[in-house]
Amino acid sequence: MRTAHPTRPEPQVADGAPLLALRDVQVAYGGIHALKGVSLEVGKGEIVAMIGANGAGKTTTLKSIARLLPLAAGSITFAGQDLGRLDTESVVTAGISLVPEGRAIFPNLTVRENLEIGAYGHRDRRAMGETIDDVVQLFPRLGERMKQEGGTLSGGEQQMLAIGRALMARPSLLLLDEPSLGIAPRLVQDIFAAVGRIAESGTTILLVEQNTRLALAASSRAYVLRTGEIAKHGPSAELARDPEIRAAYLGG
Amino acid sequence: MQALLDALVTGLAQGAMIALVALGYSMVYGVLKLINFAHSEVFMMGAFAGFYLLNALGGADHPVLAAVCGTLGAMALAAALGVLVERIAYRPLRERSRGRASGNVRVTPLVTALGVSVLLKNVAQLAFTARYKSYPQLFGHTRLLIFVVTLVTMGLLQLLVHRTWTGKAMRALSANVEAARLMGVRTGRIIAFTFAVGSGLAALGSVLYCLDQSQAYPTMGEVIGTRAFVAAVLGGIGSIPGAVLGGGLIGILGELAKLTQYSGGQDVLVFFVLIVVLLVKPAGLLGKTGSEKV
Repeated sequence: MRTAHPTRPEPQVADGAPLLALRDVQVAYGGIHALKGVSLEVGKGEIVAMIGANGAGKTTTLKSIARLLPLAAGSITFAGQDLGRLDTESVVTAGISLVPEGRAIFPNLTVRENLEIGAYGHRDRRAMGETIDDVVQLFPRLGERMKQEGGTLSGGEQQMLAIGRALMARPSLLLLDEPSLGIAPRLVQDIFAAVGRIAESGTTILLVEQNTRLALAASSRAYVLRTGEIAKHGPSAELARDPEIRAAYLGG
Repeated sequence: MQALLDALVTGLAQGAMIALVALGYSMVYGVLKLINFAHSEVFMMGAFAGFYLLNALGGADHPVLAAVCGTLGAMALAAALGVLVERIAYRPLRERSRGRASGNVRVTPLVTALGVSVLLKNVAQLAFTARYKSYPQLFGHTRLLIFVVTLVTMGLLQLLVHRTWTGKAMRALSANVEAARLMGVRTGRIIAFTFAVGSGLAALGSVLYCLDQSQAYPTMGEVIGTRAFVAAVLGGIGSIPGAVLGGGLIGILGELAKLTQYSGGQDVLVFFVLIVVLLVKPAGLLGKTGSEKV
């Protein structure tokens, strides 16, 4: 997996400083106070998971990082840059790509076009070709379907396409929202294996997942969200042994 | 037989012109899911812009220069008007409704579009008076010209939409605005560009129409705009080939109706066909019913 962006230099962070930091982030929309002060950090090269029940604010957190939702309070910094001042398009340019919940691939574009538009930010022909090859290596099923319209793919294939499309931008930080949702178990394994390989190539990952077992197994650290607040955080292996977590999210 | 053939030729030329206007409805609907009722008024304004430019450029004394530069000028002015309408009337609504899932997200812009349409029509009456303005007679074979220009334009548009980054962004945007933004697509710019192209095509259609029918007047948008709108829906709104097909059908149907003793019933026939098509194929002839896997 080649990850160097054609024009943007690799984000530099001081030793021990996080790549992404949320400080007391609050989000309210449609009369709902969805985030009541979330603080979290993601270090360069880490896989960090966010777990929690439906409506705990996991998707809202990712959307607020991608600046799809307005911040009511708090700050989000990425490699020292204040994301609060940026719009979604600039966040992508800064090196953050979100794979949204429900995949949101473009059903009217072919698989290849879906991948190509992922490179809209840099439009570098060489980088595009390389990443398409890498994505096909990662997900061979997509290689067989390049000329098909995205809407004809199965749910699992669409998830693969959505991840591949996000990689086309050569992000430094990949935000994954529920990659296992509604997908056949065998494909879920393929997708999580791919997530591991993406992380090995140096891309930092923040993963939101309802399947707590999967999320804790795939990540090194995790945050537990409960009604818009961080209830717990720590190394994933520790959380997996935590009796409270086991009772609430792992079925005892 | 000769009468039938003539009707077909005239109908095709009429249809080509209607298709140019229908494209604007279809493209804007494609990216915003908004029926831009002000589009017919942009068409009308394009006709007036063409009228003044053609005369200023020498009219019948320099037919080629006047036609080419006058048409391009009218297209540019209409494009600017279209972008201005988007900027002033639609964009603020869009920005305020962002992130909200209320039913008004669709209705408010629609009512605004109707309002802009009324406004532009009245501005035109004040500025240009309600009298018919006669276009200079520039060419003999205007119908052939309309037909050729339209075909070339369609080809270019097809290339734009399917072969360029902007076109790819437009198609992505039409499927999912939020996802397009997540790809780094500056959706505001793409939307403005769509309005510019659609409005420019409407002006091209109106100048060609006036060269053929020789008159511009403030309420012309209603007559042609309605037919173009029907053409877009008939062909499948949001679809470029659909707009062309719908335009062609409506042009030919209209001319065929004139051959019968019910020539006044042109629009009745057009709407009757629309109703039948929509009963059988609700998405229009070439329209696709959205199906997304969840």
